Amino acid sequence: MNLRKYLKVYKKFLHTSLASELEYKANILVDLITAILSLVGSIFLLSIFFQNSGYIGGWKFEQALIIQAIYTILNGITNTWFNPNLTEIVKHIREGTLDFVLLKPIDSQFFISLKKLNPSGFLEIMVGIFLLFFCIRINQINLNLSFLTLSFITISCSICILYSLWFFISTTTIWFVKTWNAIEVLRSFLYIGRFPLNSFSFSLRIFFSVFIPIAFITTIPSEVFLGLSQLWKILLEVIVASVFLITSRKFWLFALKFYSSASS
Amino acid sequence: MISNLINRKIFTLLKVQYSNMLEYRVEIALWAISGIIPFFMLNIWTNNNLNESINISDILLSRYFLCAFFVRQFSVVWVVFSFEEDSLMGKVSPYLIQPLNPFFRYFAQHLAEQITRFPFALIIAFFFFIFNPESIWIPNLGILLLSIVSTFLSFLIQFLIQSIVACLCFWTEKASSIERLLFIPTLFLSGLLAPVVSFPAFVKSWIYLTPFPYLIDFPANLLSGNETNISGGLGMQILWIFLLFPLFKKIWSEGTKKYTAMGS
Repeated sequence: MNLRKYLKVYKKFLHTSLASELEYKANILVDLITAILSLVGSIFLLSIFFQNSGYIGGWKFEQALIIQAIYTILNGITNTWFNPNLTEIVKHIREGTLDFVLLKPIDSQFFISLKKLNPSGFLEIMVGIFLLFFCIRINQINLNLSFLTLSFITISCSICILYSLWFFISTTTIWFVKTWNAIEVLRSFLYIGRFPLNSFSFSLRIFFSVFIPIAFITTIPSEVFLGLSQLWKILLEVIVASVFLITSRKFWLFALKFYSSASS
Repeated sequence: MISNLINRKIFTLLKVQYSNMLEYRVEIALWAISGIIPFFMLNIWTNNNLNESINISDILLSRYFLCAFFVRQFSVVWVVFSFEEDSLMGKVSPYLIQPLNPFFRYFAQHLAEQITRFPFALIIAFFFFIFNPESIWIPNLGILLLSIVSTFLSFLIQFLIQSIVACLCFWTEKASSIERLLFIPTLFLSGLLAPVVSFPAFVKSWIYLTPFPYLIDFPANLLSGNETNISGGLGMQILWIFLLFPLFKKIWSEGTKKYTAMGS
């Protein structure tokens, strides 16, 4: 693993995908409006829930806003990196262009996961960070070093879990060819990450922490922000994230053994 | 003679598209699953006793969300994405030569998909009733027929709106991002995530003038036996179709005049 080489290649990726995406400038503006509207919509929905009750699943409105902020940031990351790249795997396999990726003297997972970039997701990340700072103010969270490290660790773990889920489903393309709709299923499940886990019934809570760990993705980082999180939950998230990362890597290498180029 | 010809055309189109759709059973099943967000929302509503404040009983609310799921299943429209792909790939030119508006082709595609989707939606409803046996009900025949009509009208409204957006492909290459923008108000205001009765008064005062509540909220209320103004709702649906149809015809004729095939 030559780190410098990979960094250099990534710089080239950035350059080419930015150049091609900036061709559609009006599109980026429309995407920004979409991101803001969808945040406004979810806050509207949240306010309906809180209309006549002060707490949802033990969370106050101001606290639930943190979940929205973190969800928006993660959604922006998904739109910037995961969505453009991992939907491309489907195309690679259907058209047989995965051959060219595999022949390159570079790690195929690296190439496939980071080749493209959609800059309009950056704006969504910024909208999310803006909301997060607003939440830090209204919840009177004081920033100190241990809090910053813990929130950094949990959010990076969330990103890892999210990436692994996307990559996992995209990898199944090698057998099923069209997994576009499976990604839609994942998207609709991820949607519940906008709400505190405790607001769901017990069975759903189990489902979303054991089978699809969406619970870890937004709720635990938000708890860290509020200073409510226990240490074991953070440790558990670190473990889950590393298990997911390692398995998705293993799964990719395993799936590649079954890849026979198009028309063979 | 002429009507016979049209009938034959429509029948052939439907048959072709239906056999085409049957090839993608798994994808359609996955797509049906990706529509289960209303059930997650129902879970939040009932688990936090939020429905007490809007005077809807648990049972009626669960029926409402089940109906919202059904209405959504049979009013999903993706014509803009198909048309965008066809126009980018240059497939629109041969379609334009044929003595049939290409939108009939997409229309048949959607209807065929709905027929394929029907059994999967029934299976999901069956599971819903296993978990919520107390919410089983049988609507009377008149109501059932009326709600099928209003679901179809809702589908028509969405099909027309998306076709209008799709025609923008003649001017810009990426009309789908405009569709994604329009999807946000549809998602939050149509009643898919929360019934329109629960909306705050300042939204309720103008929302019934927009097409959104007639897309999901009205047919779902009708089918689930919740209180709703039947003639007013159907009237508004028809009114919107009469407003949108000329607009579509206008933009279509303008667009086809503007259209130049790739490479010209």
